[in-house]
Amino acid sequence: MSIDLHFDLTRPEFHLDIESRIPARGVTALFGRSGCGKTTLLRCIAGLEPTARGRLIVEGETWQDHNSFVPAHKRPVGYVFQEGRLFAHLSVRGNLEYGYRRIPAEQQVVRPQEVIELLGLESLMDRRSSELSGGQRQRVAMGRALLTSPRVLLMDEPLAALDAISKAEILPYLERLHDELSIPVLFVSHAIDEVMRLADHMMLLEDGRLRAEGPLRELVTRSDLPLAQADEASALLEAQVLAHDDDDHVSILGMNGVRLTLLREDLAVGRKVRLSIHARDVSIALSPPRDISVLNCLPVTVTEIFDETRPGEILLGLEVAGQALLARITRRSLRALDLKPGMSVYALIKSVALVG
Amino acid sequence: MIESWIGPQDTAALWLTLKLAAVSTLVLLLLGTPLAWWLARTRARIKLVVETLVALPLVLPPTVLGFYLLLLLGAQGPIQAMGGPAFAFTFTGLVIGSVFYSLPFVVQPLQNAFVSVGDATLEAAASLRAGPWDRFFTVVIPLSLRGFLTATTLGFAHTVGEFGVVLMIGGNIPGETQVVSIAIYDHVEAVDYGSAHVLSALLLGLSFLMLFALYAINGRFKLTTA
Repeated sequence: MSIDLHFDLTRPEFHLDIESRIPARGVTALFGRSGCGKTTLLRCIAGLEPTARGRLIVEGETWQDHNSFVPAHKRPVGYVFQEGRLFAHLSVRGNLEYGYRRIPAEQQVVRPQEVIELLGLESLMDRRSSELSGGQRQRVAMGRALLTSPRVLLMDEPLAALDAISKAEILPYLERLHDELSIPVLFVSHAIDEVMRLADHMMLLEDGRLRAEGPLRELVTRSDLPLAQADEASALLEAQVLAHDDDDHVSILGMNGVRLTLLREDLAVGRKVRLSIHARDVSIALSPPRDISVLNCLPVTVTEIFDETRPGEILLGLEVAGQALLARITRRSLRALDLKPGMSVYALIKSVALVG
Repeated sequence: MIESWIGPQDTAALWLTLKLAAVSTLVLLLLGTPLAWWLARTRARIKLVVETLVALPLVLPPTVLGFYLLLLLGAQGPIQAMGGPAFAFTFTGLVIGSVFYSLPFVVQPLQNAFVSVGDATLEAAASLRAGPWDRFFTVVIPLSLRGFLTATTLGFAHTVGEFGVVLMIGGNIPGETQVVSIAIYDHVEAVDYGSAHVLSALLLGLSFLMLFALYAINGRFKLTTA
């Protein structure tokens, strides 16, 4: 199942022209700088941009083409706005029920009790939106959208208006959405750490156009895209929790037979996790060094030597257990080790971050 | 009790004034709400002209407004020439005059209230499956309650206080078109200051109470969209 879209929208000093087919499952991030058209694209999908021309087919159902336009209130989408946009005249309960009551009973798949529990809203039900914190407001906005049992959930920078504390409060709920509901999510973000944590798939937008689109893990390490060239470039890897060593307070993760050790995390054995490894935290050795404090030394293959990202510095594309990894080294090291694509070397990984 | 203070003709003038204000306010809310909604939402160029026309009674001498309405609604006026009734010097004529006269006091507060509801909230309602009418009744009206309260109070109070338009279009027929403000004028003309005092004090008290209630309620319930 997929979302097949093509939108063309002209505004003064801005032109959006995007054609794509994205999977109608999992979490897709619409990523790019501010002003690149991410929010506009999301609004087009929701039917909030009636002047946009184009085509939108969601799971085989036409919502828009050259001679039809399903208005916003008839599209089965849930929309979480950046600023929440709760109704000031209704309580939290009233806000949650607003959309729920407006869909036919047989389509009420998502149940209020389920959402109230998932988002931890029990104690807030009788409050007015003016009495809520930013994080609470955003949780209600998500609950309200989910209760319309949408075919796709659209979220416009749901974390952008929040401070660090509220963000930390919301993120676990977003991850639970991801894990527990089968509703596909499209979310807009300009923060790569959020995307790394939540998304499976990514659409990279630039000046109203689609620069690239695909699985997130592939896009973050592709040499022709700005993500891998950025200062904070990092690779995204998937691993499984194998064991915990409580004496040393470390956890052992595995990726296709390759082992990774990191400080003890409270995770069930067997669970799949997502790791991010910064390119600048990876060093290269031709043979596995002994007598070194770095715990993770993985056998890798050099796949690609990128152009200089800044004078004297080179980005290397590596492959470890079938997954892509990035390393940032100096040009002098490149020459000293005489690295070439296809070579088998060792990657010393100084730090691994668990992102979800 | 009231009869011991004011004569039967003044009593009739008082009731007529209240009836006129009540009917005019009702008509104003029915007509003013869609007009204010249109003004709040439209981007048409003609909006500027309509806004100006609505605001005209704020600055125009009421006699000017009354004069044109008299020409329009009176005997040999265009309405009658097209086979309609002559509204001048009738209660209906008074209501028509009052509606024009008090229009800005109803339309402007409503328009401001509707604008402050904002596109953002309406889009949220649309994304929650509410169609246009549904959005208007379940989001716009509840969020505009203060605007409706202001519009109702100002429309009513302003109609109670009118003089010039009523005199031009309604004349001064006791029991039919004579309102309190005109009765007061008559009493003063006849040097009956006692009756003028009673009626004036009544209007002063009534107007004060209505505005006082409005400010008190608006100050207490902050029903804004913020």
